[in-house]
Amino acid sequence: MSTHTASHHDAHTGEHEHHDAAGTKIFGFWVYLMSDLIIFGSLFATYAVLMEGTAGGPSAADIFELPFVLVETFLLLFSSFTYGIAVLEMNKNKVAQVKLWLGITFVLGAAFVGMEIYEFQHLIHEGFGPDRSAFLTAFFTLVGTHGLHVTFGLIWILVMLIQLSTKGLTDATRPRIMCLSLFWHFLDVVWICVFSFVYLMGVLV
Amino acid sequence: MFGKLSLESIPYHEPIIMSVVVVIALGGILLFGLLTYYKKWMYLWSEWITSVDHKKLGIMYFIVALVMLIRGFSDAIMMRTQQAIAAGGAEGYLPPHHYDQIFTAHGVIMIFFVAMPMVIGLMNLVVPLQIGARDVAFPFLNNLSFWLFAAGVVLVNVSLFVGEFAKTGWLSYAPLSELQYSPGVGVDYWIWALQISGIGTTLTGINFFVTILKMRTKGMTLFRMPIFTWTSLCANVLIIASFPILTATIAMLTLDRYLGMHFFTNDFGGNMMMYVNLIWAWGHPEVYILILPAFGVFSEVIATFSRKRLFGYATLVWATVAITVLSFIVWLHHFFTMGSGANVNAFFGIMTMLIAIPTGVKIFNWLFTMFRGRLQFTSPVLWTLGFIITFTLGGMTGVMLAVPAANFVLHNSLFVIAHFHNVIIGGVVFGMMAGMTYWFPKAFGFTLDEKWGKRSFWCWFTGFYLAFMPLYVLSFFGAARRMQSYAETEWQPWFILAAIGALVILVGIACTIIQIVVSIRDREKNADITGDPWDARTPEWATSSPAPFYNFAHLPAVNSIDSFWEDKQKNGPNAQLSEPPYDDIHMPKNTVAGPVMGVISIALGFALVWHIWWLAGVSALGLFVTFMLRVFNDDIDYYVPAAEVERIENAHKQQLKELQA
Repeated sequence: MSTHTASHHDAHTGEHEHHDAAGTKIFGFWVYLMSDLIIFGSLFATYAVLMEGTAGGPSAADIFELPFVLVETFLLLFSSFTYGIAVLEMNKNKVAQVKLWLGITFVLGAAFVGMEIYEFQHLIHEGFGPDRSAFLTAFFTLVGTHGLHVTFGLIWILVMLIQLSTKGLTDATRPRIMCLSLFWHFLDVVWICVFSFVYLMGVLV
Repeated sequence: MFGKLSLESIPYHEPIIMSVVVVIALGGILLFGLLTYYKKWMYLWSEWITSVDHKKLGIMYFIVALVMLIRGFSDAIMMRTQQAIAAGGAEGYLPPHHYDQIFTAHGVIMIFFVAMPMVIGLMNLVVPLQIGARDVAFPFLNNLSFWLFAAGVVLVNVSLFVGEFAKTGWLSYAPLSELQYSPGVGVDYWIWALQISGIGTTLTGINFFVTILKMRTKGMTLFRMPIFTWTSLCANVLIIASFPILTATIAMLTLDRYLGMHFFTNDFGGNMMMYVNLIWAWGHPEVYILILPAFGVFSEVIATFSRKRLFGYATLVWATVAITVLSFIVWLHHFFTMGSGANVNAFFGIMTMLIAIPTGVKIFNWLFTMFRGRLQFTSPVLWTLGFIITFTLGGMTGVMLAVPAANFVLHNSLFVIAHFHNVIIGGVVFGMMAGMTYWFPKAFGFTLDEKWGKRSFWCWFTGFYLAFMPLYVLSFFGAARRMQSYAETEWQPWFILAAIGALVILVGIACTIIQIVVSIRDREKNADITGDPWDARTPEWATSSPAPFYNFAHLPAVNSIDSFWEDKQKNGPNAQLSEPPYDDIHMPKNTVAGPVMGVISIALGFALVWHIWWLAGVSALGLFVTFMLRVFNDDIDYYVPAAEVERIENAHKQQLKELQA
């Protein structure tokens, strides 16, 4: 393992080892997302098992309102689209445009979270809170965990808006915009599963 | 103001607990006084607490693990003496509510706060050096992981003298762990200690997975990686894939207990089987997270001290990968008796037995590495030989348990206890002791005393057989696990024998402590000047001991398995010495955010255990603000000037020259 061979020819080992710090960060974030996916997987599996456990309370078909959820879905899907535009603008180095599209994404995401809070609040008001039955427990937890993730995403967008204003597009902020992008699209994918598996199938059954 | 917490929460009336508290308090005061007297606080803060150096974090993990080993072993001694006394109507000295906390704490501590930090500590110390990297991929996260783990340790220990610990067994099976049956704070301590340290473990898993895949030195393809790195890679895959299940499961139990939900309750449609399935879907991979790196240690040790290349490198790698995959499809063997039906049980039984095949492959790898080698009987080799015998035996009792029909008889008996101690002591503990002895010089610059190391081995080895063979015997008499007392007086001799075995192991632990003390005393005599005291084969020995904080002046280039060894054969023992010119080296700066977030996590966990909501809110906000301060701080790295590197390298070369003269 000739250390001398490695040394003499690479004049800039210092740069060589850190040449792809951004790539490492984004790869690491991918791995984190995969671990997060397993949390969602556990919650989906639990929901599947507890779905029938209504304990005399309402079933899925009784409480889901598909048109309402469809609006939520489109808000989130559209926010993924606007985030995509923000990334395209980042690649063109247009900070103001990135901020604008991140802002639009934030508004759409916030509207999604707002609708979800309204839905939850409505259900609890009707007496169908998470402590009513195992089905509602699993439902609130699965959908709520997704909503909590979106809320963290919103906070993250705010942080990025501040960082873009103070630091601009740098080697530190670019990978963060990319990681947040992965996070945001990831939440979209999870939501598609929630929508099909929980809401659509719930109404069909 | 203080939630459920009041002065009554402190168990004044328990003399055993109170005396432990006094000892811990006196020890703490002594340590505090010594640090103040010798003015070491700043040193501790800047060199250790805030350090992002993977080697120092590894050492800290190991120190905490050794301290917690003493705590966990005290629990073991108490259980063994209780069961040696409490026969035929005798009640012993531990009332059931205390005994139940002790067996729960013993399991939780030994797995989460002894075995895990030993494994993660060794990975920290060794993996970046073995792959020729300067640090891990995310040094700040590595520091944060350690402090989240430490927060869990603190919470478990606080439960000793404020409130109580869980009385549920180490996995807190629902519905016993639900509010209805465990209304005290014991399960809440369990929840938050494991949740906080578990998140730290997940971050470690991601960190090392990325480190191994992205930061290997030039020429180190996957199939040129040292075996310990391979087994660590697989263990980290298991961490990433299984710890989120634990996080989710504990979160669900938390919701049941805190918000009255019904995941695992008896009523309102809850399903307690779901808990047991989920917890073992994490729990079975967990045992492979512990054992795979131990397999890696034995592979390095046996190749080095046999003076031979590891026999069947590729088969050992594939066997490790096979075990990694299989470990996810065997979890149901922990509860065959739950009634999943014959076909389901048969599937999981067969999958479980299949694991014996890749494990058997490994046993032959090690045996054939020794075959016609020039084996040196150093203490790491003794641990390895003891492992091969003991683990094979434990593996066979595991195959017996994997037969569903036999399992219906053996389930919940002492057979299970004997089996998993057989593989965890014989595998993980022996492995970690071998690893500690083997890599100690790389961490500290001097070798451990061999005489006391061998004494420790022989005590552990004989102590293990004395302590656990009687449990196999007792299980055939029908002795169940977790009994505070029992009626059958004819069982008592076997329990007394087991208690004697535990005492022999205690002597073994004492030998290790003496070994460390003696080695520190003789550190000049046992100094490792060359950086390669064992004439070893892998890249971590290509730098000085202790390794400089930047690991390698020039990152080593690798062109085969055992590249370092071949280089030594060809170019002589000094081949690893660095030569000028040197370059500036890019390094991460220390972090204050890691330890601060750890301390706030303790407050958060404590507040949630005792329902002190304002403190929980303040702590959560504190975590967020600290993290934000870190995120907005761009001053996180620096360059070590080439001249400084040259100075350090020359000092090492000077020492070596004096030695060789």
